[in-house]
Amino acid sequence: MAILRVKDVSKRFGGLKALTDVNLNVEENSVHAIIGPNGAGKSTLLNCLVGKLMPDTGSVLFDNNSVLGLEPFQINQMGISRVFQTPEIFGELTVMENMLIPIFAMRDGAFRMHAYETIAKEKDIVEQAEAMLVEMNMADKREMHAASLSRGDKRRLEIGMCLSQNPRLLLLDEPTAGMARADTNNTIDLLKQIKDERDITIAIIEHDMHVVFSLAERITVLAQGTPLVEDAPENIRGNPKVREAYLGEAA
Amino acid sequence: MFGLNKKDTGLLIIVGILTLLAPFILNPFPADSAMAQFNAGYPDLMQRFVIFGIFAIGFNILFGLTGYLSFGHAAFLGVGSYSAVWMFKLLSYNVIPAIALSVVIAGLFSLLIGYVSLRRSGIYFSILTLAFAQMSFALAYSVLSNPKFNLTNGETGLQVYADDPQILQGANAPDLPHLFGLPMRATYTLDIGAWSFDFNAGYYLCAVVMMVVFYLAIRIFRSPFGMMLRAVKSNQQRMNYTGLNSKPYTLAAFVISGMYAGLAGGLMAAMDPLAGAERMQWTASGEVVLMTILGGTGTLIGPVLGAGFIKYFENIFSKINDNVLHSWFAILPDGLEDAVVFIIHPFIGKGWHLTLGILFMLVVIYLPGGLVEGGQRVSNWFKRRKSGADDAPSGKTEPAE
Repeated sequence: MAILRVKDVSKRFGGLKALTDVNLNVEENSVHAIIGPNGAGKSTLLNCLVGKLMPDTGSVLFDNNSVLGLEPFQINQMGISRVFQTPEIFGELTVMENMLIPIFAMRDGAFRMHAYETIAKEKDIVEQAEAMLVEMNMADKREMHAASLSRGDKRRLEIGMCLSQNPRLLLLDEPTAGMARADTNNTIDLLKQIKDERDITIAIIEHDMHVVFSLAERITVLAQGTPLVEDAPENIRGNPKVREAYLGEAA
Repeated sequence: MFGLNKKDTGLLIIVGILTLLAPFILNPFPADSAMAQFNAGYPDLMQRFVIFGIFAIGFNILFGLTGYLSFGHAAFLGVGSYSAVWMFKLLSYNVIPAIALSVVIAGLFSLLIGYVSLRRSGIYFSILTLAFAQMSFALAYSVLSNPKFNLTNGETGLQVYADDPQILQGANAPDLPHLFGLPMRATYTLDIGAWSFDFNAGYYLCAVVMMVVFYLAIRIFRSPFGMMLRAVKSNQQRMNYTGLNSKPYTLAAFVISGMYAGLAGGLMAAMDPLAGAERMQWTASGEVVLMTILGGTGTLIGPVLGAGFIKYFENIFSKINDNVLHSWFAILPDGLEDAVVFIIHPFIGKGWHLTLGILFMLVVIYLPGGLVEGGQRVSNWFKRRKSGADDAPSGKTEPAE
């Protein structure tokens, strides 16, 4: 069953057609990669899924509910978590607080005036956050300011924050962009581990073919705002159309 | 204790003891000595310390936690004062309903202004709050003061007149603000030798109120709600994508700080039953920003320190005049004495703002964390010196062996 259905989505910016009639189904509990050359519309598509952009036409259904017109926080509350290209974390807060916030958001919803309670009294939430830090291998850094973490640790923390909400769909926007080889491999291992251990659907936008072919079960190639092919990784590798889109007609 | 951790409980107790003993602490010099002008232990000034402390504590909940810099908080202070005086005019001189109404009205007023202003962030938010505050000032100063509808009494300021209804004012009740019969001006003076200490009812009412709201501020700082407010300051994008709606959080912080400001305004009117439009002017809004930054933005005790610091120097520096300076420097030769007085002259009396400006510049440049950071540096320096002193003797003894 497809958990995310994108149907006939188009988006224009002035004269530029960023997306044209994009159709895409992401199957539940799969890892689906969306690849494509620069300017293919990958980020625009992602922004249409999370409430940052409103498509001109078409529909986006998550678990048979439309997400169009909803605010990002509402879409998150439906069960979609997003990891950004550059890690978006609460830099001035401690690692532990970073982990507590998404768990509070899950339990209490988008707003709650819990101004007189103390955090330490919320034992369930503190325990969940601690367990997540252990899972992410960051328990020893819990009192550090998140801004002082290394790039790789910031990425781990962000993924951990998303996972702590038990999302049904995890969206990753070039999760290894700008990373060294070792950090990239660590991130791949972490994502593989997540995929194996959890009932979770992962949709990933990626440039790095190494990452894509190590993780994806299904790949959609986007070119000039429209899906070119959708297939299993082994069929994508040799596809002449994909080569053409990436390397130009001369190849 | 009180649901706080050890450190916060310690802080609360220290602040409690200091405010309780303030009449002693602020009057260290004998009443007739030359240094007596540096005493700050008279009721009027002590009241202002704690009232502006409350104002700054509330401002810090908005600015320190969420990072939204409001330049219009004096409007809420003014609204609080007007509400309190209206309570005096209509009901009675009892301060409890007056203070309660000032908090409620300031809360409603800040809900309105916050709702509109918080549609923008950063500098645009600051400008919007400034515009609203200046509009409130104009309303209070002229628009809402005409023969047909006189809400604020314009330039003169709102005050209680003999023909006001005061429907609950008892026959024997004091004819000035009181707490169930205890006049706010009641002062007991204790003379010990050359020293003289004033214990003022109004000051102690303000001090008790400040302790309560300071405690509430600590609770807010340590609560999940406080953590969310710091998350607003840190990264709104991540907050939004974590399923949290940052708008009601910032609005709640705005209203809470507006209510603190209203409370301060109400107390001000309770100490002296008069409300003027100048309390809402932008300079008054700027002053609370200075207090918070000077003391230490986002720290618990910083705003109180900043408020005390500014109010103390405002009073002391503005009281010093050329005659005082001449008496200080009388030992110098005549020409030199005049020269020194000439140099210092612009920084005292009415020119004390110049001194404040220089102090503020020094703090912002060298102590971005405010007085609290200064205190931390001094205590670290002492710790290091102490550990250095521990090492030094061992270094000396070694060669002797």
